[in-house]
Amino acid sequence: MKPPTEIEAAATENPVVGIDQTKGDFQYNVDYAFDAGTGLNEDTVRYISSVKKEEPWILDFRLKALQTFLAKPMPTHWATKDLENINFDKIRYYLSQGQKPKRTWDEVPDDIKKTFERLGIPEQERKFLAGVEAQFDSEAAYSNIKDIVAKQGVIFCNSTEGLREHPEIFRKFFGKVIPTGDNKFSALNSAVFSGGSFIYVPPGVKVAQPLQAYFRINAENFGQFERTLIIADEGSEVVYMEGCTAPKFSTSTLHSAVVELVALKGAKIQYITVQNWANNVFNLVTKRAVAHEDAEVKWIDCNIGSRLTMKYPGVVLKGKRARGEVISIALANDGQHQDTGAKMIHAADDTTSVVVSKSISVGQGRSTYRGQVHIPKHLKGCKNNTECDALLINTNSRTDTYPAISVRGDKNATQHEASVSKVSEDMIFYMQQRGLTEAQAMSLAVNGFINDLARQFPMEYSVELKRLIDLEMEGSVG
Amino acid sequence: MSAVSAPPSVVGSFTREAFQAHLARVAHLPAWWLARKQAAYARFAAAPMPKRTDEGWRFSSFATLTLDGFSFPASSVKPAALALPAAASLAFVNNRIVHQDPLPAALAQRGVIFDTLQNALLKHGDLVKTHLLAQPSKLGSDKFAALHEAFLEDGAFVHVPKGVELSEVLAVHHQADGDGAAVFPHTLVVAEDNAKVTVADFFKSDAKTQFACGGNDLYAGHGAAVTYVAMQDWSRDTLSFQFNATVAKRDAKVLSLNLHAGARQARHESFSQLSAPGAHSEMLALTVAHGTQEFDQRTLQIHQAPNTGSNLLYKNALLDQAKTIFSGLIVVDPDAQKTDAYQSNRNLMLSDEAEAHSLPGLEIQANDVRCTHGATSARIDREQEFYLEARGIKPAQAQELLVFGFFEEVLGKIENEALHDSLTAIIRQKFTS
Repeated sequence: MKPPTEIEAAATENPVVGIDQTKGDFQYNVDYAFDAGTGLNEDTVRYISSVKKEEPWILDFRLKALQTFLAKPMPTHWATKDLENINFDKIRYYLSQGQKPKRTWDEVPDDIKKTFERLGIPEQERKFLAGVEAQFDSEAAYSNIKDIVAKQGVIFCNSTEGLREHPEIFRKFFGKVIPTGDNKFSALNSAVFSGGSFIYVPPGVKVAQPLQAYFRINAENFGQFERTLIIADEGSEVVYMEGCTAPKFSTSTLHSAVVELVALKGAKIQYITVQNWANNVFNLVTKRAVAHEDAEVKWIDCNIGSRLTMKYPGVVLKGKRARGEVISIALANDGQHQDTGAKMIHAADDTTSVVVSKSISVGQGRSTYRGQVHIPKHLKGCKNNTECDALLINTNSRTDTYPAISVRGDKNATQHEASVSKVSEDMIFYMQQRGLTEAQAMSLAVNGFINDLARQFPMEYSVELKRLIDLEMEGSVG
Repeated sequence: MSAVSAPPSVVGSFTREAFQAHLARVAHLPAWWLARKQAAYARFAAAPMPKRTDEGWRFSSFATLTLDGFSFPASSVKPAALALPAAASLAFVNNRIVHQDPLPAALAQRGVIFDTLQNALLKHGDLVKTHLLAQPSKLGSDKFAALHEAFLEDGAFVHVPKGVELSEVLAVHHQADGDGAAVFPHTLVVAEDNAKVTVADFFKSDAKTQFACGGNDLYAGHGAAVTYVAMQDWSRDTLSFQFNATVAKRDAKVLSLNLHAGARQARHESFSQLSAPGAHSEMLALTVAHGTQEFDQRTLQIHQAPNTGSNLLYKNALLDQAKTIFSGLIVVDPDAQKTDAYQSNRNLMLSDEAEAHSLPGLEIQANDVRCTHGATSARIDREQEFYLEARGIKPAQAQELLVFGFFEEVLGKIENEALHDSLTAIIRQKFTS
């Protein structure tokens, strides 16, 4: 751990929250460096909480979470041993906006620039995605979105603001869908979370345009431990999109978000993620929703890149006739492991759930589907349908499927189907006969494989997803 | 920091004294076998009991089991009569041979061996040594597999030489008698190249609390065909473990069917190794679970060579508060291109309190394969039930008929009529008892 900064030194002197506010120029001015240093201990957590001017209850929450994180073992008894390679002592847990490593467009690697061009991303957006834009620009973009939806009474802000300005709503739902101790990484996030969105949609309000975290996550840069909480009140509807479809060249090694969704009676939430992390990122995310009576939650999740992704979006179907859906696409290339899946916990009568998962393993990539469907005692009319299809492109690629389906009682029905196959040689031959190269043919076949799912994405995401797949498939054959 | 001590193992009735007494009973057997047993006992004693948090024991209630109160009583009962016409049969009560219908002379002359394991150990030691418990336990029950090897006293040995085909069944009866009796049945089937054989195991008991820890090894040489049917109908208070290891060589075909009817709690582990091109394994199981019975089934299909096939179909009918667990895995090694593997678990829910868990898994490392799996849990089609009842069939009978309809997909694969009838009789008895 590096020597404490002036601010850190000051932070240890405050008898209440660890900060002596009379000392030092500590005014949360973004021109200042807020850096918790490397490694994680109680001081790190106190530092983050104090920088964010948090209430004592949230500091308590963070400190308890830290204890839970430290006490929990790595889940390597069922998951990959690669998790053991995460060095928690070398991670920077909080780096404020002003302190992020400076980047200019010139610093962006050529291949990334070319990728942006080939993805058809406009010049301005490219620079933005490259992290050149200062965070103020980002806040401005963010505010615009907020104004439009604010007219409908929708609250859309970051989680720090949510905590500060809407505690009556925030506190009621925060940490309720995903308890701190749910898993080691939800505990870690609870201890050091920073950034993420807070959305509240009032009863009956249908938000016309999707709310996007496309800009903000980049602006806050390392959003490694973002915390998102979305509440759709009775009869409301909202679509939320996060991530970006461009390849990230983040130097982060660990991204561990927690996303909680609450769909109250008759509400609908659609949560769309398209992520393409750099190959050194451990992407360990906990995402779960609670769907009340007649509510509907749909997760659309696309995972490309990262060294290891572990993400299993889930829905707790708490009210009668609630509906949950997970649609996911994963592409694992050389050196990557996409360990993704879905959880459907039925907790009321006549609830239905659907899981459709498609994965593509290229080169020495490995994709894994891990699922859980749970229908407890004495429920009736519950149905689940799960389909998993895996496509293997090269002889060294690998895929695994590990679903767990528990059904009690005779008034419910579940079905699970999974298949593993390769791209048909006849299909490739046919396309090559018509003038496509083998790589083009393969790319077209892979896009065809995911086409029915990609169509469910908003158009611009769908187009970029297809282009990303084209890029990933280059050099994957022959 | 103090050293973390290993969790205590549970030895229960199977103490070192009990093991020494067992060794004394089999002291006349070859030294290599006794040495293996010693090693197995050490593994058993050292291994901790499984926990529900162990991935291989997920959803299982075995964490609460106890190994206390079991013994090796002598018995003078005669084995239950069986209507199955067989070429030859062996009958064991409490691990000891009590009756033998020897092979017809014509088969014996062609070199077929069907004898007790003890006799085989003495007369055909090399053959037994090559195949008996040759596969390590891979499905979580190392402790109990070691217990089986340590206390295995006698069983059946089948050896069919190259090119010899048997049309009739070889039958083996294992019976447990007396409260607390512990039995360790084992059947070893070795079918040499291009041989063909059908072997049926019957497990039966009528006393209350018993412990059964059995196993079978099936070896099918090049082009061989092995059919193995195990009918498990232990008493309703029996704690049962049954381990299967199948090895199929080039172009061999193995069909194994396990009927699970008895026991309070039963764990069945089945492992098929497709080790040469053209090998095929058909893994079938039928379970009728009622009362508070728990059936825990764990399977593994390993494809190690190109052009191999496996097909697993496990069907469970669940009544009352019964519980089933199916956890299966298809593993395709990197070199096993052109593998065709299927795995299916179907649960028919016949009660609002029954509980079914399915964990069908795939681990695929070759790309030119066709691997699929499916799992379903649902109740009987109400319209079919209504149709039968509208024709005057009572609800209980209608249910039974529909269960047989559900099971027919598996039963239909048993060509031997007598075996088919035996299976049907045990299933029917579950509905009438």
